Amino acid sequence: MLKSIAVRISQGTQYIPDPRTATPVGFRGKPVIGATACETGCSACTAACPTQAIALEPVRIDLGRCVMCGDCEPVCPSAKLSFTNDFKLASTNRSALVVSESRPAPDPIQVSAELRKRFGRSLKLRSVSAGGCNACELEINALSNVNFDLGRYGIDIVASPRHADGLVLSGPITRNMAAALQECWSAMPEPKFVIAVGACAISGSPFEGSSAIERSFLDRFAPSLYIPGCPPHPLTFVCGILDLLGIPG
Amino acid sequence: MNFSQPLLVLQTSGIAPTSLQELVRACADRLSAGDRILAFYGRPNGGDRVLVTAALTDSSGHISVFRAHAERGEQYPSLTPQHPGAQMFERELWEQMDVVPTDHPWLKPVRFEGHRQQRMTDYPFFSVRGQEVHEVGVGPIHASVIEPGHFRFMCLGEEVHHLEIQLGYQHRGVEAQLLRRPPLSLTSTLESVVGDSSIAYAWAYCAAMEALSISAVSVEVDAVRGVALEMERVAMHLASLTGLATDIAFLQGGATYGRLRTAIINASMRACGSRFGRGWLRPGGVRFGLPDELRQDLLATLAAFAADFAEINDLMLSARSVRARFEGVGVVSKLDATALGLVGLVARASGVSVDTRTSMPGRLYGTHSMPLVTETTGDCWARLKLRMREIDESVRWIRHILNESGLDLRAGMLRQPERLQPDALCVSVREGCRGEVVQVVETGGDGRLLHYKVQDPSFQNWFGLALALRNNEISDFPICNKSFDLSYCGNDL
Repeated sequence: MLKSIAVRISQGTQYIPDPRTATPVGFRGKPVIGATACETGCSACTAACPTQAIALEPVRIDLGRCVMCGDCEPVCPSAKLSFTNDFKLASTNRSALVVSESRPAPDPIQVSAELRKRFGRSLKLRSVSAGGCNACELEINALSNVNFDLGRYGIDIVASPRHADGLVLSGPITRNMAAALQECWSAMPEPKFVIAVGACAISGSPFEGSSAIERSFLDRFAPSLYIPGCPPHPLTFVCGILDLLGIPG
Repeated sequence: MNFSQPLLVLQTSGIAPTSLQELVRACADRLSAGDRILAFYGRPNGGDRVLVTAALTDSSGHISVFRAHAERGEQYPSLTPQHPGAQMFERELWEQMDVVPTDHPWLKPVRFEGHRQQRMTDYPFFSVRGQEVHEVGVGPIHASVIEPGHFRFMCLGEEVHHLEIQLGYQHRGVEAQLLRRPPLSLTSTLESVVGDSSIAYAWAYCAAMEALSISAVSVEVDAVRGVALEMERVAMHLASLTGLATDIAFLQGGATYGRLRTAIINASMRACGSRFGRGWLRPGGVRFGLPDELRQDLLATLAAFAADFAEINDLMLSARSVRARFEGVGVVSKLDATALGLVGLVARASGVSVDTRTSMPGRLYGTHSMPLVTETTGDCWARLKLRMREIDESVRWIRHILNESGLDLRAGMLRQPERLQPDALCVSVREGCRGEVVQVVETGGDGRLLHYKVQDPSFQNWFGLALALRNNEISDFPICNKSFDLSYCGNDL
């Protein structure tokens, strides 16, 4: 009993009071595309990028493909690229994930009146990993720990698709998992929606071109929310879903 | 002193391929003499021809390599009946290259790759017959947030007589993917082969690239990589402890280990920008060093961690209800663990002395040694305690490195190698949180990659979990599974 109390005292208060104003020290998050001009004919950044996330003229970075490895930053002779610890990267719109000098961040998420009405006070999520490397999965797990504590907003991860409102998809969707993913989705009651977590789920980019990937599920059921990162920081997820449902911090 | 390296580079012209039959005989002799398999695989060699490579190691960490020509459809006498530790390797060689081990007792797909993709329903399950026997199938999608895999329990009442584990759902075609990009820019792909072991995978890869390009890295680079790897081990063992505590509804453990893991991975993030160590290591060095301020920050983080960790461990280990749930459950004997070729923490929990940080210490662990810690009982209790002890050892080791004033770790140190030597084969090994991560890289005449073999310790260890469940209750499966905490994508690639 005394030991238990001692552990409780050491534990202290761990939850992040307002996830929207948190500062993850050191986090390599949103890339910033500076104003300096590119050297003529230079394509060092696109060559260094492992996931073809960068396009040129003008320089654009697709956060849906970017794994935030930072490999582009040191190779740029014009020092045009850098990374900040900004974790607010989520978007409801796939094309809005492309950032550039003139459009430095994804558009702020518009509250969905429909989703807010149905799920604003209680949202149950079912996680499906379809080729995820266990990094996204660990970060999805972390959403429920004492730090991020998503449960305080009425948002929980549930064990059965029958209980779920949203499907949290991670991984590039392997051929071997495509059927099980479809079955899980079919087992979820309407109304329901998809949340794509990580570069693999959003674009398949880390495993693009692999013959073991089969992404037609996403052609049939477009995600309502995209959570970029490799893996995404839990704060990216928390703030994305709170913004979508219009939940105050 | 043992100076074995976790690395071997050979010119392929120096290893004359024999016939497959001769290679198998040579392997059988070595295995009988106490060697174990590090890698055993085939690669396409034009038309229907296959080049088989075997890498074995003895207890002193010496690596020997054998190669043989074979053809698709060729048969050879299976090693598995005499040496069960070969079973997964022979299954993989059969699945990938259609080289057939005759009399293999368990010749089943490893991960349903190639033409077997999407034929997951074809798995040839063992069937237990009897009037009262029943089967319970679980997965591929599980109740918690976890990777997919199918478990089928064959039970008499509550007692599990056999558990069959069918994997492959996570197969992304990693090995083929690694041949699609320039060999020196594969780190980010390797970091997401098994995303919770990014450092172990990146380090094995970087060491291979450095060896193949004959570029040496400094002891300081080694030290920073070592710190990164032990941070990863601490974080992953904490994730396992969180799961173990939660699975027996020991909620205070779940909450506390979860919080402690946050502190560790956030410290890694302050060092390299990622909670999983992504972007930290690159061929030729590390992108981020440990400036003095960060060194003090890590030491302070670890000091606070160590005190709280000892406190929760004491609470957990002294709770009779915890002991009652874990003791005697999911036992793997030392004999079975050795015969099955189990590796890493799972093997050490059964008393097997296998840790490549001690058997192949190389320069880093040769200078700053890591003790080999083992348990004897091979049950969930042993795996629980060993995770705690390994965390203690890792923390002690990191603090020792950070307190070593002779090591200047301040700057990021990166001298990117330019190209790889042609016609070479490199075996690279790193002891990740689950055990040895093995990568075998072969270059062709132009210095480009011919083949990239990736192997996670989970590959051998999943069968150990199946064995652990025998004669246990089905309700003890969650704690058995979590006490092993194996990687699905590491098996499926």
